[in-house]
Amino acid sequence: MRTRFQQQMEELREKLLRMGGMAELAVDRACQAYTERDLHLCQLVLENESLINAAEREIDEMAFDILATQQPAAVDLRFILAVTKINADLERVGDQAVNIAERVMDMIELPTVELPVDIARMATAASAMVRRALESFVEGKAELAQAVLEMDHVVDRMRDEAFIVLVRSMNEQPQSTQQALDALLVARNLERVADHATNISEDVIFWVLGADVRHHAQTAAAAAQPAQDARDQ
Amino acid sequence: MADAMTTPAITTIPPISWGRRAMDHLMTGVAVLTVVLVLLPLFAIFAYLVYKGIGSINIAFLTQLPKPVGEPGGGMANAIIGSGVILAIASLMGVPLGIGAGVFLSEYGRNRYGDAVRFVSDVLNGVPSIVIGIVAYGLVVIRQKHFSALAGGVALAIMMVPTIARTTEQMLLLVPQAIREAAFGLGVSRWRTTLSITLRTATSGIITGVMLAFARVAGETAPLLFTAFGNQYWNLDPNQPTSALSLQIYTYALSPFDDWHRQAWAGSAVRIVVRRGTLAGA
Amino acid sequence: MGVGIQVERLNAFYGKTQALFDINITVQANHATALIGPSGCGKSTFIRCLNRMHETIPEARVEGAVRIGEFSVYNGTSATQLRRRVGMVFQKPNPFPTMSIYDNVAAGLKLNGFGNRKKLDEIVEKSLRSSALFEEVKDALHKKSGASLSGGQQQRLCIARALAVQPEVLLMDEPCSALDPISTGKIEELIFQLKEQYTIVIVTHNMQQAARVAEFTGFFLLGKMIEFDKTEKIFTNPSDKRTEDYVTGRFG
Repeated sequence: MRTRFQQQMEELREKLLRMGGMAELAVDRACQAYTERDLHLCQLVLENESLINAAEREIDEMAFDILATQQPAAVDLRFILAVTKINADLERVGDQAVNIAERVMDMIELPTVELPVDIARMATAASAMVRRALESFVEGKAELAQAVLEMDHVVDRMRDEAFIVLVRSMNEQPQSTQQALDALLVARNLERVADHATNISEDVIFWVLGADVRHHAQTAAAAAQPAQDARDQ
Repeated sequence: MADAMTTPAITTIPPISWGRRAMDHLMTGVAVLTVVLVLLPLFAIFAYLVYKGIGSINIAFLTQLPKPVGEPGGGMANAIIGSGVILAIASLMGVPLGIGAGVFLSEYGRNRYGDAVRFVSDVLNGVPSIVIGIVAYGLVVIRQKHFSALAGGVALAIMMVPTIARTTEQMLLLVPQAIREAAFGLGVSRWRTTLSITLRTATSGIITGVMLAFARVAGETAPLLFTAFGNQYWNLDPNQPTSALSLQIYTYALSPFDDWHRQAWAGSAVRIVVRRGTLAGA
Repeated sequence: MGVGIQVERLNAFYGKTQALFDINITVQANHATALIGPSGCGKSTFIRCLNRMHETIPEARVEGAVRIGEFSVYNGTSATQLRRRVGMVFQKPNPFPTMSIYDNVAAGLKLNGFGNRKKLDEIVEKSLRSSALFEEVKDALHKKSGASLSGGQQQRLCIARALAVQPEVLLMDEPCSALDPISTGKIEELIFQLKEQYTIVIVTHNMQQAARVAEFTGFFLLGKMIEFDKTEKIFTNPSDKRTEDYVTGRFG
């Protein structure tokens, strides 16, 4: 039934996954550029930004089209709405990757300084969150999405710690204020990436369970219970 | 779909070959010919009757009583009136009975009982009219110990009922079930629906059926032979033997008198014109 | 004012075939409830059980209980009495063809013995106004026959006819399926307004119509009622997978 509709939905899904891949790659490259001080990687990130933006437009257009012509209902409708939101978040993830790359390009000009902060660990966490969020979308599993929501607290704490440490560093070693500032900004960008990954997970939960868990309204587990009860009957 | 894309944009429909057109004309001609063949005898009879009888239809014919045997002149006035009386009696009995039967068959008779009634009605329809006359003789004439218009009416009524019942049933069946359901939905009872809605919707068709039955029995002679019997004089009393147009024609035609033959032709012409008129109205 | 409908363990049969299995529903007063489902699922049979039209089919029978307001449909009231309190509008508009517009609307009253001419005039006008037809036909009430109107107008005439007997419940069996989109829109508007005074149950195979018009929706499948809930729930996050499959067009 509705083969054309199913095909369109499948195409939309694939487009979003491809875009997700591009965004994930951008974040990974930017973080790698930071640890390895690699100018070439920064340039790659900047170049691919336009592809991510183009993908965002394409996906929005296609989703709009399907809404207008196919009158999706229930789970299909939730899927389309979720896709449009995830779309926006992925584009912002791309933007954050660009910001990080630009920071790194600044940093490379300056002499290397040892900073008491482990940006690399934060980068790994944020990148993992994006990957897990996209996985939960691929699998359509609310539990995976819920796990991402829990990781957000960790990254937030890391950002707060980095803040304190770097401010102290700027006070104690004013000559490397520039580098510390750059590191601070990168930390903030990574925290934003984590937030976007959280949003993506909330959208996945909305799609799969029909529950609005944004702004910590309820956990996915609590939202899943009624649906589970109904299916058990 | 693919073919539509690859054929050239402008295509012409090939003209019909003259052979096919000739065949078309030929068949049309054959159809018209058969119609003419069928209608020809009908018109021939009609024309012949009118030709033979028109000369004898005059005021005297339509207003005077038959003269005694041997005397020229006279008319069939009493027969015309008598026919009217007998048909009126027949209609009064046959029409309500026939319509009632039709209503039963269509609304309540979609089952074995209905099938039985339909079967009986069809059989009755096929019974020779003279036999029906004998039945009426047995039912009415013997009891009353005299002939009468009433008996004639009974005989003709028996003949009317099957036709009216069947056409009424058909007309009622043509009323869409949706109309009945609309009435039920409003809380109208079943009999009221049948009476006020279904019958009303089928009215014109039922009237047609009644007129057809009427036209059919109007021309019957045999059933009146032993029931109305005929009368040379004026009679409006349904309990007395009454003259009827068909009877009078029968008697005159069998007689040896030319004058009576002439009057028989006139009578037939009158009858056929009246009958044409009734059927046209139906 | 409308009344609620209570259906308990309703089973319906055509001869030996069972068409409805153990239906339990509560229809709320002064709301519109839609019944959806694929062809042959029993929704039309169900609605016809509510006003005992199901019985007009030979060999049809019903088990179970239906209560409309305070009185019981199957124990006690005669079918004709019941049908004066429960109006019905059918899929194909069916005005009485030999009657004028006025007579059509007044039919339910006149055929049940109501004779007061002045009161009839009032009721006819009120019913035609309620079904948004009065302005279009007010000059030809006695002159035009019911069958000479357009499809959409005929259906509104049938609605006016049903309303004239002042029922408490209005049953509509796919009322718009034979109509064009504009007429459909007008009738949907009408249903919105009628809700304030009547309880409406509407059978429809058009899901978007159910979504637009009704507060509650019931999904029927193969003679059983699978899910009955608020319309938004059915169309955004139904509890039963079969409902979801139907509503998203995966079958039916």
